Amino acid sequence: MLNYTIRRLLISIPTLLFIALAIFLLLELAPGDPVANQPLTIPPEVRELMRKALGLGEPVHIRFWKWLVQFFWIEPQVFIDWLTTSSGLAPVLPDTDFYIPCGVGAVAECDPRILSWQFRSPVMDIVLQRIPQTLWVVGTAYVVAIVIAIPVGVYSAYRQYSWFDNAGTFVTMVGFSVPPFFSGVLVIVIFSVQLGWFPSIYDTTHRVVDWDSFVYQLRQMVMPVMVLALQITSQISRFMRASMLDNLNQDYVRTARAKGMTENTVVLVHVLRNSMIPVVTVIALGIPSIFGGAIITEQVFKVNGIGQMLIGAIEANDIPTVQTLTFIFAVLIVLFNLIADILYGILDPRIRYD
Amino acid sequence: MKLKHTLLGAAAVTALAPALAHAAGHEGPRGRDGEVKIIYWQAPSILNPFLSGGTKDIDASNMVIEPLARFDEKGNLIPWLVDAVPTVENGGVSEDLKSITWKITSGILWSDGTPFTSADVKFTYEYCTHPEGGCAQLTKFEGVASVETPDDLTVVVNFNEPTPNPYVPFVGLESPIIQAAQFANCTGAKAPECTDQNFGPIGTGPFKVVEFKPNDVIRYEANENYRVDGKPAFASVTFKGGGDATAAGRAVMETGEFDYAWNLQLAPDVIAEMEKGGKGTPIAGFGPLVERLMLNQTNPDPALGPDQRSVSMLDADGNQQNPHPFLRDPAVYKAMSMAIDRPLLVEIGYGQAGKVTCNWVPAPDIFNSTSMSCDTQDIAGANAMLDAAGIVDSDGDGVREKDGVPLRVLYQTSTNAVRQDFQALIKQWWSEIGIDAELRNINASVFFGGDPGSPDTFQKFYADIEMYANNFSGTDPQAYLGNGLCDKAPTPATQWQGENISRFCMKEYDALHAQLAGTANIEERARIGRELNDMMVQNGGMIPLVHRGRISAHANSLGGVVLNVWDSEMWNVADWYRIK
Repeated sequence: MLNYTIRRLLISIPTLLFIALAIFLLLELAPGDPVANQPLTIPPEVRELMRKALGLGEPVHIRFWKWLVQFFWIEPQVFIDWLTTSSGLAPVLPDTDFYIPCGVGAVAECDPRILSWQFRSPVMDIVLQRIPQTLWVVGTAYVVAIVIAIPVGVYSAYRQYSWFDNAGTFVTMVGFSVPPFFSGVLVIVIFSVQLGWFPSIYDTTHRVVDWDSFVYQLRQMVMPVMVLALQITSQISRFMRASMLDNLNQDYVRTARAKGMTENTVVLVHVLRNSMIPVVTVIALGIPSIFGGAIITEQVFKVNGIGQMLIGAIEANDIPTVQTLTFIFAVLIVLFNLIADILYGILDPRIRYD
Repeated sequence: MKLKHTLLGAAAVTALAPALAHAAGHEGPRGRDGEVKIIYWQAPSILNPFLSGGTKDIDASNMVIEPLARFDEKGNLIPWLVDAVPTVENGGVSEDLKSITWKITSGILWSDGTPFTSADVKFTYEYCTHPEGGCAQLTKFEGVASVETPDDLTVVVNFNEPTPNPYVPFVGLESPIIQAAQFANCTGAKAPECTDQNFGPIGTGPFKVVEFKPNDVIRYEANENYRVDGKPAFASVTFKGGGDATAAGRAVMETGEFDYAWNLQLAPDVIAEMEKGGKGTPIAGFGPLVERLMLNQTNPDPALGPDQRSVSMLDADGNQQNPHPFLRDPAVYKAMSMAIDRPLLVEIGYGQAGKVTCNWVPAPDIFNSTSMSCDTQDIAGANAMLDAAGIVDSDGDGVREKDGVPLRVLYQTSTNAVRQDFQALIKQWWSEIGIDAELRNINASVFFGGDPGSPDTFQKFYADIEMYANNFSGTDPQAYLGNGLCDKAPTPATQWQGENISRFCMKEYDALHAQLAGTANIEERARIGRELNDMMVQNGGMIPLVHRGRISAHANSLGGVVLNVWDSEMWNVADWYRIK
């Protein structure tokens, strides 16, 4: 198992490098101008100077190399410094000082970080700033969805074509087919405008310090979590149901029942464990999408997390940000693919990779 | 003993005096009204307007950093950080129009408590004009030879040439002053690396930045060193960004979560519906944006070759050698204008955000000509005018002919629901006066894209009539009025670049525009501007339709809001207060 994991990790290095190159070239070939969003009153000569100041004058391969160095060498240094000096682990770890900052009072030899073209600030700082609200909202929605979807899927399959199963099928079809830009606005109109229960705009500056502020945090999360969880529940409960149905008719189930096991043991231990294998893949592969944020839902509720950051960067042709974010997603997807594969082995002892 | 009492009494009266003054109306101590929440559906990315020209960034930074002088809601220049606006009359502008002297009001402090001096102004000039800085507001300093600082409170801006409008550098929302001490190490190539400075500029404005989350939210607190006692009324500001115009309007007018929503580009009925929520009020402000029909002065006949179709060909006397077969006839363009019901267009297309106009330059007020009237439709009068000019329907097909050429026009515009409604209505009205219009709409990115290879750009104008909107930045229309000069017509020789879209050409117009460029007195400039406007419209260069404005909304409990289209919408945020 360990060998297998190490082998997979090694293979993922060239894969990721290739992905980085592909993303870079795609963005390079895509039409778009980072100063296109500037008002028309700014003349072409000034635009050209602005482009130069963004570093667009250099050839492609040099910019790609610079980006690789920044992402794999400089940003980790910043991260390690942060870990040893400012994070919760700081008291335990020895202080480090790898990163030499540029900017005010900088020495001649400094490490340039990946700067966004929109903000002119390090992309990773903004990513870290955006992660909390995305994890709060999208992460909660994911957990809520899994907690609802698995029992619903199990019971739907166990009582196939019952009224519960039919109702579940109907709700999941609706949840699956109604897009969030519709359901989101619908819940805003009902719960914010008409009833006035929840705020329609998410406050990212809100800090949870006491019970009241925690309640407020819950209130502002209810609607986006509801909209997102509906979608995710629909998807996972369908997988769960289908997988359970496959297993319920297997010989081992009949054997277990013939041995006189209780119905609970048969369904919840034998069938459920075997049915979880495909569902775990779906859940594991869905986790990178939590970090990817929920572009539309974040826009509708103004959650301003990672998804909103990505779409904003795409609209503004902010290539360093788009490049960095998409690459982080690629890393997460490769990583969670590996985790899903390893989880198979744990769930089903027959699966061995060595 | 007595003396001591008297002194104490005097001291008490002095201390109480401001409090007494505040007792009137909504006055009071600084920060008395708590928090105000503003929503911009485009989120600010950076608070340094020299690194981004976006309105969202400039407005957000304008709550902190300020220019020397700015424009009020009527487009008039008002002193801001200076004692008075310099003019030739008060000696602030030199007789040869080559320099302007600003006198900074004494006692102004930055929010960190240090004094605001002329050195900061000079530094701002150096910061923006640094060749490697990529400053977005570089044009504000065009023609500036040098900036001198004879003393701490005097700034002299010298120009290379006589400049009749010297109110560009350090004036208005796009040219604020940044603190030299804060940005000293951030010039040139280092400008983008100064994240802390770009995210939290120190300013002289009513608020200071406490927290900035790019493309998300900004928190401000009242600047305790602000120069006006008792202002701002609000102790803190939350400036949220993101979402869309509908959501922003809803948050102010329907749910009441926010106090101010910027630029609600929504259909009139949507805004009216939101207003029924009862929590907020939409307000409209009008800049110089005008929706207009441009009339092609040259012949767009497809049978002509690429060097002649819609190409302005002038002889030595400025006469058009490639004229349009009928659109240059006064009876035709006047009748076309008379047949249009402008109030109906306003009602359908723009509601509160539109006004009827007959002018090309409808604002600022002093430039708005009052010599024409066009708010009533007159189909009968239009028919009579065409009949009198001998342009009649001789072959009985419902379309009039002039010299044998039927009045059939190709009428194009960009794809946009309001514009297509306008096209359909205008086509109907014109058919009632015997003019047949063929309608065409072109994707906006192609129409306005300016690709010289495309036959469908508005510059190429391969049609008889086209409709779009245009405006100018700032309050001075000199450059904009220059769009009517003979040599500004787009031609194949200039790769179809040029601003004179209708290919209008009049020697008198060119001469009068030259006169405008040499005049400094604002009244006189306005008179010439109005005359140029009338000349263009009355000679058939264009038919103005609707003066378009901008709509924002504020909560009913927010007082002091004055929507200003000539400057930042946040220009008077220091005067905002809570109505109790």
